[in-house]
Amino acid sequence: MYHTHKEIELAERHTLSIIVDNEAGVLARVIGLFSGRGYNIEHLTVAPVDLSGKESRITVVTVGTPHVIEQIKAQLDRLVPVHRVADLTESGPHVERELALIKVHCNNGEQQAALRIAEAFRAKTVDSSFDSYIFEVTGKTEKIRAFIKLMEDAGLVEAVRTGVAALTRGSEGL
Amino acid sequence: MSGKEFSGAEIIINSLVDLGVEVIFGYPGGAVLPLYDALYGQDKIRHILVRHEQAAVHAAEGYARSTGKPGVVLVTSGPGATNAVTGLTDAMLDSIPVICLTGQVPSHLIGSDAFQEADTVGITRHCTKHNYLVRDVDQLSRIVHEAYYVATSGRPGPVVIDIPKDIQIFTSSISHSGAIKHRSYQPEVKGDIDSIRQAVSLMVGAKKPIFYTGGGVINSGPAAAQLLREIVQLTGAPITSTLMGLGAYPASDRQFLGMLGMHGTYEANHAMHDCDVMICVGARFDDRVTGRLEAFSPNSRKIHIDIDRSSINKTVRVDVPIVGDVAHVLEDMLKIWKATILENASQSYDDWWAQIEGWRERDCLKYRTSDDVIMPQYALERLQELTKDKDVYFTTEVGQHQMWAAQFLKFEDPNRWMTSGGLGTMGYGFPAAIGVQIAHPDALVIDVAGEASIQMNIQELGTAIQYGLPVKIFILNNEYMGMVRQWQELNHGGRYSQSYSDSLPDFIALAKSYGGHGILVDKPADVDAAIKEMIETKGLVIVDCRVEKLANCFPMVPSGAAHNEMILPDDDEAGNENKQEFKGGAALV
Ligand SMILES: Cc1ncc(C[n+]2csc(CCOP(=O)(O)OP(=O)(O)O)c2C)c(N)n1
Ligand SMILES: [Mg+2]
Repeated sequence: MYHTHKEIELAERHTLSIIVDNEAGVLARVIGLFSGRGYNIEHLTVAPVDLSGKESRITVVTVGTPHVIEQIKAQLDRLVPVHRVADLTESGPHVERELALIKVHCNNGEQQAALRIAEAFRAKTVDSSFDSYIFEVTGKTEKIRAFIKLMEDAGLVEAVRTGVAALTRGSEGL
Repeated sequence: MSGKEFSGAEIIINSLVDLGVEVIFGYPGGAVLPLYDALYGQDKIRHILVRHEQAAVHAAEGYARSTGKPGVVLVTSGPGATNAVTGLTDAMLDSIPVICLTGQVPSHLIGSDAFQEADTVGITRHCTKHNYLVRDVDQLSRIVHEAYYVATSGRPGPVVIDIPKDIQIFTSSISHSGAIKHRSYQPEVKGDIDSIRQAVSLMVGAKKPIFYTGGGVINSGPAAAQLLREIVQLTGAPITSTLMGLGAYPASDRQFLGMLGMHGTYEANHAMHDCDVMICVGARFDDRVTGRLEAFSPNSRKIHIDIDRSSINKTVRVDVPIVGDVAHVLEDMLKIWKATILENASQSYDDWWAQIEGWRERDCLKYRTSDDVIMPQYALERLQELTKDKDVYFTTEVGQHQMWAAQFLKFEDPNRWMTSGGLGTMGYGFPAAIGVQIAHPDALVIDVAGEASIQMNIQELGTAIQYGLPVKIFILNNEYMGMVRQWQELNHGGRYSQSYSDSLPDFIALAKSYGGHGILVDKPADVDAAIKEMIETKGLVIVDCRVEKLANCFPMVPSGAAHNEMILPDDDEAGNENKQEFKGGAALV
């Protein structure tokens, strides 16, 4: 008798850094790969990163089993305009940051609470009117989430987030 | 780089000439008129006018697969480009190098829903290896050279260059010459030497090894096929091949077990199931090959050589992955094998071969013969016999006839067999045969067809006649979409929903109406004469070979079954009591 055991793999969250040629359609190619093959995208950021504007850096936060994560990297790697793919989650310590803008509409009493929380989160006030604020906060995804959650009770109107930007720690580059 | 100004259209033609392109398969239209103007009156590139753009791509595929050079296609914007999509997808799945130039509306009209505008780069993004929209005539020469490089290097594939009409007219003095590398795309061809060593030590320790080889060997080039022969013979191990890989290893050799997979041989599939070391060379564990994944070769250690890292561990986990070009890796592997085997006593696989010969004795391709009705297998056996000493190339359509052709034709060399493997595109074979014949004008080129498939690109009779191409279309006419009918018989209670080929044309009259020759054959005794007449006729021939209508293609690994759960011909046709029943309707793949 032949036995087969399907290993049960748990989904993991990985942050991938992708250096691409900054050519037309490259983002569509990367996103299309994720949608076409049924992979998840949790966060996506993209912008040119060298001064000449020839290369862009895409940061993707994705969720999948180790097997799927391996496939995602291999599939990304074979896209023609992709130079390098790095898995920051796997390659060790790295810094992840997000920036968010949060608009709150405060009634009397909420105002103090909002400002107090903002201070605790080191958020900056970037706009304010008689009864509203926009806060700018940066940090890890968890911190941003926690901040937005707290602001719900302080008159949250809307929030916008940039998605994750990430670099490995230390002197080495990608 | 020179100072002389050329139009975009001229730059394209000059660049293609510089790259050694001799033939373009195409069809004109408004958005490519400047290109057609540049083709006019020049004699460096021959243009073959097809009758449908899908056929242009298949012809380019046939040309590419039979020569090892990329095929080039030229079509207009909008419907020209969308008609090419099936061909591009076919080339993508079978890793065939194709460069497809598409016309586009003028730059300033892009995005305005202009006449015959389609978002060609958007539409073809998923069915090409890469695509370009040309925005600047100064970039044109570089892009053509780069596209050629991308299409032909690493794992080959189709590349689209979408060229707005104004770019074809604008002039530039910038033109490249010679090979161009891509800034980011530089596939590694050498395999990691430690992994190759590890592979060899697994092979040396094997009691039941098997080589499982695919289209990657053919794509890697003649040297790869040569090295494969050498290493297989040196090791003494059995070898099986995918549909795409047939011909890389000579079918007549004793070590060759025939094709594996859904319609593979009993011995190949059982050997795959029972082996202890599998050496996968340029194949990709396709679902038609593996059968039920959880039951696929459960006790083997697996070595996988592939130029495409994403093919490795995609569906089947392997123990020793080697990313690299087949020829390069096999060369290193041979060296290490020779050095290693000198130190160890030479291998003997006598027990393994005894087991394999046992499976072989099952004679799994046996079929019920008849004096009254032509069995399709018989027709193919005769076709094989009567063409085996000729300079012959075979293409196929898709269906039962394709699988029988794979089982009964014997390929001794690579590049002689073109079939639509990954996409399974009905209508592939005839235009592909046209492409093959263009590349090999004096060879015998035969499209093994079904009566349903051939109608999907039958309009290409005009192309074949126009260029005097003596392509032979050998139709195994069973009056059914046989493969569909077979699945309906096995999985859907014999309810033959829409699978009968009604209102067939008179193929003989059809051939004649285009200026070709037609032969009808419906008796086993006349098959040889019909084949000989086909071969001896100078021009295009259609053979309408009327075969048994309800024959099934066996052996078969039913969908969702394991390699060792095959149905054999005598389980079925002899009305055997033990005939296995397959749970109806549940076939998912
Ligand atoms: C373009 C396309 N449409 C549909 C199918 C599904 N299909 C696979 S085989 C087949 C029947 C082919 O019939 P025929 O050409 O007569 O070959 P036979 O199986 O009878 O030998 C069909 C419809 C396909 N492979 N390709
Ligand atoms: Mg048929």
